[in-house]
Amino acid sequence: MVNGAVPRFWREIPQRYNLIGNQCGVCKKIFFPPRESCPECRRKSIGKMKDIKLSGKGKLVTYSIIHAAPKNFEGQIPYPIGIIELDEGPRLTAQIVDCKIDDIKIGMKLESTFRKIQQDGYIGAIYYGYKFKPLEDKK
Amino acid sequence: MKNVGIVSYGAYIPKIRIKTEDIAKAWGKDPETISKGLGIIEKSVPTLDQDVATISVEAARAALKRCRINPQDIGAIYVGSESHPYAVKPTGTIVAEAIGATPIIKVADYEFACKAGTAAIQTCMALVKSKMIKYGIAIGSDTSQAAPGDALEYAASAGGAAFIIGGDNIIAKINETCSFTTDTPDFWRREGRKYPAHGGRFTGGPAYFRHIISNAKNLMEKTGTKPEDYNYAIFHQPNGKFPLRVAKMLGFIPEQVKQGLLCPYVGNTYSGATMIGLSSVLDVAKPGERILLASYGSGAGSDAFDITVTDLISELPRNNAPLISDFLNNKEYIDYAVYAKYRDLLYYD
Ligand SMILES: [Zn+2]
Repeated sequence: MVNGAVPRFWREIPQRYNLIGNQCGVCKKIFFPPRESCPECRRKSIGKMKDIKLSGKGKLVTYSIIHAAPKNFEGQIPYPIGIIELDEGPRLTAQIVDCKIDDIKIGMKLESTFRKIQQDGYIGAIYYGYKFKPLEDKK
Repeated sequence: MKNVGIVSYGAYIPKIRIKTEDIAKAWGKDPETISKGLGIIEKSVPTLDQDVATISVEAARAALKRCRINPQDIGAIYVGSESHPYAVKPTGTIVAEAIGATPIIKVADYEFACKAGTAAIQTCMALVKSKMIKYGIAIGSDTSQAAPGDALEYAASAGGAAFIIGGDNIIAKINETCSFTTDTPDFWRREGRKYPAHGGRFTGGPAYFRHIISNAKNLMEKTGTKPEDYNYAIFHQPNGKFPLRVAKMLGFIPEQVKQGLLCPYVGNTYSGATMIGLSSVLDVAKPGERILLASYGSGAGSDAFDITVTDLISELPRNNAPLISDFLNNKEYIDYAVYAKYRDLLYYD
């Protein structure tokens, strides 16, 4: 059995597993997901985009609670999806886990965690990647 | 001979717990009899988005947070589990990618019931001693399933730990290791089946107790040590009672066992069990302290280790990653109905 989603997922493993974004060598702006060129510097940035591993730490900008989930996510409702602003600047959308719905607050500090994102039924591939959880302040 | 030991370590236990009494109630059993009989108060449960790969990645990342090793210097990753998410496609490939250790690395998954993780430690030790690798990561991790209503359902839980094995900068030196293995069909799971089967009462005497006792005695004979030479003793913990009983039979006292005995609070994490126990001991261990560890895997075998904590443990930033006590305190309870959903006990197409 061949699954069409596998090649795309495989190409995105660096960003999904390790939050690899990139940085424009001209204006130093950081992007996630990584971009071919910088939208500000355009042609000047070509060949000057450098991969950068993001810390996975950030804060919650806004969120929504999902009550009617797409297929394969029904078991997790109700669950929060948030927009997270990473410490390095870029914003991304991710599921928030290990946090009671009542404890979610805009501005709360989050960190990335490695989770199963989706699987193709009982037979297909399993897709892993980042979700976010409340930051455990250990220092 | 070249020194070999633990350079760093990390663990992961899912946040969700179910109380033994809630499982007992669902099956019409007396909660107190079950909980006291097994010595298990509650157990950890993986959420729908957690499996052996995610637990192994979190544990390996925790180990890396406590040291300054370049992931590219890791030459091998062996993941021991009996609940690998794929039957064919190694968990270790996912872990290696997620910690940035690919592509020049040896990877394989191990399987030996609850002792696959300690078998992985032995392999890494040999590769380090023979200088085939600089560092190796040995992981024991499980999200084991028990058939609904089976006695194992009170214990089978989720968690894991990772150990970076190397030859320098070691926080705990492994002085000796030995194994004891026979063909003993006490517990098994046939290919393609979801739940294991077991030999009932047969699982005690000729299996768990014989293998651990023989192996621990062989180890102490090799090293010339006695039970009182150890500050800590860690035994496989399929329930809260067996490790205390095997300790007593070998001449250890409960105080030596306590710090490495997590089963009452997290259940039996299978391949993770003795490895999480060792993590809990390393969380508090002081230089010069000595540890005996004896794992057990059904089928059956035991791996035993004689370990001495070094001065370098004082310099290891243990708080860079969660301690076992942090995992024990950070928890959220579910009832049996949610448990059934999380553990895929409800069949639907
Ligand atoms: Zn730019």
